[in-house]
Formats: sequence, structure tokens, C-alpha cells
Amino acid sequence: MDAIASATPVEHGPSLRQRLAARGFDAVTLLVVPAVIFILLLFVYPFAFGFILSFEPKAGGWLANYQRFFSDSYLYDTIANTLWLAVPTTLVNLLLAVPIAFRVRLMRHQRLLTTILVLPITLGTVLVAEGLLNYLGPQGWFNRTLMTIGLISQPLKLVHNYWGVFASLVITGFPFTFLLTLSYVTGIDPALEQAGATLGANAWQRFRYIYLPLLMPGFAITFCLSFVQAFSVFPSAVLLGEPAGITRVISIAAYQAAFEEYDYSMASAVAMIMGFVQLAIVVAVLAARGLFYRGPATGAKG
Amino acid sequence: MIRDTTIGSKLWAAAIWCVVGFFVLNLFAMIATVITSSFATRWLGTWLPAGWTTRWYSSAWSEFQLWDVLIVTFQVVGAVVLISGALGVTAAYALARRDFPGKRLLVLLFLLPLLIPPITFGIPLATVLYQTGLAGTFWGVVAANLVPTVPFVILVMIPFIEQIDPKIEAAARVFGANTFKLFIHVLLPLLLPGILAALLLVLVRTIAMFELTFLVAGPTSQTLVVALYYAVFAAGVRAVQSIDAMAVVYMATTLVWLVIALRFVNPTQIVTRAKQQPAH
Repeated sequence: MDAIASATPVEHGPSLRQRLAARGFDAVTLLVVPAVIFILLLFVYPFAFGFILSFEPKAGGWLANYQRFFSDSYLYDTIANTLWLAVPTTLVNLLLAVPIAFRVRLMRHQRLLTTILVLPITLGTVLVAEGLLNYLGPQGWFNRTLMTIGLISQPLKLVHNYWGVFASLVITGFPFTFLLTLSYVTGIDPALEQAGATLGANAWQRFRYIYLPLLMPGFAITFCLSFVQAFSVFPSAVLLGEPAGITRVISIAAYQAAFEEYDYSMASAVAMIMGFVQLAIVVAVLAARGLFYRGPATGAKG
Repeated sequence: MIRDTTIGSKLWAAAIWCVVGFFVLNLFAMIATVITSSFATRWLGTWLPAGWTTRWYSSAWSEFQLWDVLIVTFQVVGAVVLISGALGVTAAYALARRDFPGKRLLVLLFLLPLLIPPITFGIPLATVLYQTGLAGTFWGVVAANLVPTVPFVILVMIPFIEQIDPKIEAAARVFGANTFKLFIHVLLPLLLPGILAALLLVLVRTIAMFELTFLVAGPTSQTLVVALYYAVFAAGVRAVQSIDAMAVVYMATTLVWLVIALRFVNPTQIVTRAKQQPAH
């Protein structure tokens, strides 16, 4: 009302202030400014800077960094190496997490299990790599147990190769995937399943025709977040893998360009390629999500 | 809840519990390996070490200058927690209470640092920090670590602030409270559980944050997790047990805070960043 009344004397201080307040800009809104400045300075600016820097190579034309990346097999193979690690581990984690989440949702005391599973996430990738180095090594308890049982006669080679990194990505990635999946699964109104059961659907049918369609969007997001985590694997690929060979992932290439060759321009180019590949896969998965039902399924729980 | 009683579903349940058991067993065995090794005199080719000792702790303590590293770690973590709390809570308050054009864009901007993995934005960030000379210093490490934690605090706090009735604030205004009094006597006590939870999560995540610290830290600004990485990376120079002793110190540091954090937060919150949002 005030805004209309004072609208006649245009371009006066108070009226401008009131008009801004009516649209949601006042002193309280200004509280957001420090955080925005911070993000612009330390996130948006570096990203833009890195993007431009990647087109200003040390030598050659403006695309020289990208040309070098895609013509040198030692560099472009890193994309395949990373995908070859990230996609299978993400799928394994998701395929393990779904049935377990369906079982755990029936439990009364989930807290103990979720607390145990949070352990590897809080301990972080470096500690898991260090622990697995001993545990999966030729003299470690894992090989020793298998040999005692009689499953194998020679210790399996599980560290300093693909499988070491695979194991570390499962140990740190599975809890993450599981807890996300669990939160989606418990978000679905159990009345829907009960209705299905009343109509005579067995467990598989209830999963296939009730839960799966409703959960698909959630699974797509879980896949993306887990994939992005696995795609940026770094410490375990160096410590547990074969950083000059099969587990030379793209983050190692970026790191070496920046801190061993001191070629920040090349390093930025690799980081941009890395971001682009991640983004492409995330967008593809999220676009596929649009094919499925997206509507309310949470019931009264909200 | 529906419980199936057919043999097939019982077998299925048993199989699932076996997988969970296998995972948890391996996880604990891995942690136990590190702890056992750190107390071992000599451990080669046997189930258990030949003898037990605590001397690796004193040697790790002096070799890796653990005291200095621990102090740096706590200073970095403390600064990150305080600054991200101050920046994050104020921004979250504005975003929760006001609707303005461009708000969705801002929320997306705050979401991005959490969705993009640290290595991807860490390399351009480190480049900028090296050019400004901040990298390698204490504040460079703090600044890099703040990039994911400020948005994290904002996104955890927005739903928390939204559930506080604005009428309470209006009532305080009616009784003549100025903004400062309103904040100290009304908002802060109401928000304290949420702030505490958010900051404890920041604390736990920052102790374990490897990539960003690794990319920008110098010799005097290393945190514990980066020091541990370098120790494992240069394995062979030092005794395995000494590195394991350091790993145990690191685990203890993290787990103490995890235990404290778990008193105030649900473990799933460490993964899903906000209070359970609807799936759509």
C-alpha cells in the first residue's frame, strides 16, 4: 500500500528503499553479501581464471594444451583409466547398497550400523589407503585368511595394482552410496508397498513395480554423487595403485602438470577436461532420470 | 512393515547380512591391522607380531614433528570452523528469511562447490593462490578449506532457520529489542543446536579433507592428513610401524571428534548434507 502511495514522487531515497524492500531486498538480505563475495573470490574467480589460463599455453596456439592432451596417449589414456575405475566401483556400490538399504529399513536400531559405516568416510581416503596397504598386502591378514581356509595357495596380488584402488573406492564409496540410498528408500511411504501386498504382489513384484519406478530419480542422483567422488580419486590411486600405469587417473595427470612441471596452464586445462567429463556423465544420467515418474511418494511423513 | 516368511526371502536376507558382515569385518580388520602394526616390534610373515612395544609412538612423534603438525591442524580447523560459521549462518539467515530475485541462482552457486569434487576446483584455486602468494601459508590453507565448508554450513542451516517461527522475532522487536539483542537473546539460543551440529560436521570433514590442503599447503602449514600422505608416499624411508603409529594418532584425532559429533547429529547427516530433503 505504502509503495503505491509514495510512488508518485519517483527517484526519492525512501521510495527506492521501500520498493527494494517490497521485492525482498533489505538489511537482512545484505547478510548474504559476505558469503557471496567469498564464493565469488575463491570459487568462481579461480574457476574462470583457470578456464582462461587453460587457453594461454606456455607455447603454441590458444588450443595447444588441449591438442597436447588429446594427442599424447600418456595423457588422454587417463580419462579411460579413471572411467575404468569410477564406473565399475560406482555400479558395484549402488548394486550392493540397494538390497542392503531395503533390508536395513526394516531395522529398529539403524544407528549402530550407520555409525559403523560412517567410519571410513570420516577417516578419509588417505587412512583407508594406508590401512589397506598392510591389510591386503601379501603378508596381510586378508591373504593369510584365504590361504588358511585353503581357497588360494599363493597370496593374491591386491596392492599396487587396479584391485587395490578398487577396494579402497568400495570401502570409502560404499558407505556414502548406502547412506544416500537409505535416505531415499526410507523417504517412500510404506503404505504404497502395503497396498501392493494387499493386492497380492510378492516381494520382487513390489520392488519391481512400486519401489523401483519411484526410486529411479533418487538412484540417478546417488549414482551421480558417488560417481563424482570416485572419478576424482587421488590419494588411493597413488598409494595403493600403480600411478604410472593402469591407475594413472586424470587427477594424477593434473597434479603432475601443476606441481611437477609447474605448467599451471596445462594443469588448468586438465582440470577443465576433468570437470567437463564429469559434467557430461552427470548430465547424461540426470537426463535419463526424466524418463521416469517424478511425483509425490513421501506420503504424510513429508 | 511387511515381513516375508518364505524360505526364499529368508535366504535372501541371510545373503544380504553376509555381505554386510563381510564388509564390516574387513573394515575392522583393516583398522586393527594399523593399530596392531603400530605396537609391533617386528611383524613379518606371521599372524601376530613377534613382540609389543610403544616406542614407535615416541619415534613417530619426533620424526614427523607430530606436535607441530597437530597444532597446525587444530589452528586450521579452528579457523575454518569459526569463519565458516560466521559467514555461513548469516548468509543462511538471509536466504531462509527473505525471498528476492536471483535467490535460486545464489543457492545453486552455493551448491556447486559441494557437487564439484575438490581436486577439480582445487587445481585452479591453488594456481590463483600461488600467484597471490597465499599458497603455502596458514591463511591459504584456511581459505582453500573454506570453499566447501561455507556452502555446507549454509545448506545445513537454511532448513533449520526456516523452521523457527518468525513471530518469535517479531515479538522480540515489539518488546524493543534491537538487532544485536535480538540475535544474542533470541536467535542464538534457538539456533545453537543447529549451529553446533553444522560446525561439528565441518570440523570432522576438515580434519579429513585431504585434497585441498594437499594442493595448497607448504611445509609449515601441513595438516595431519597431508603429513600422513607424505609419510606413506615416502614409505621405505621410515619404518612401517612408525607410519602406522602416526596413522593411529590421526585416527584417534578424527574419532574423538566423530564421537562428539555423533552425540548431536545423525550419522547420515555426514553424507546427506541437509536435513532429509524430499527426493524430488
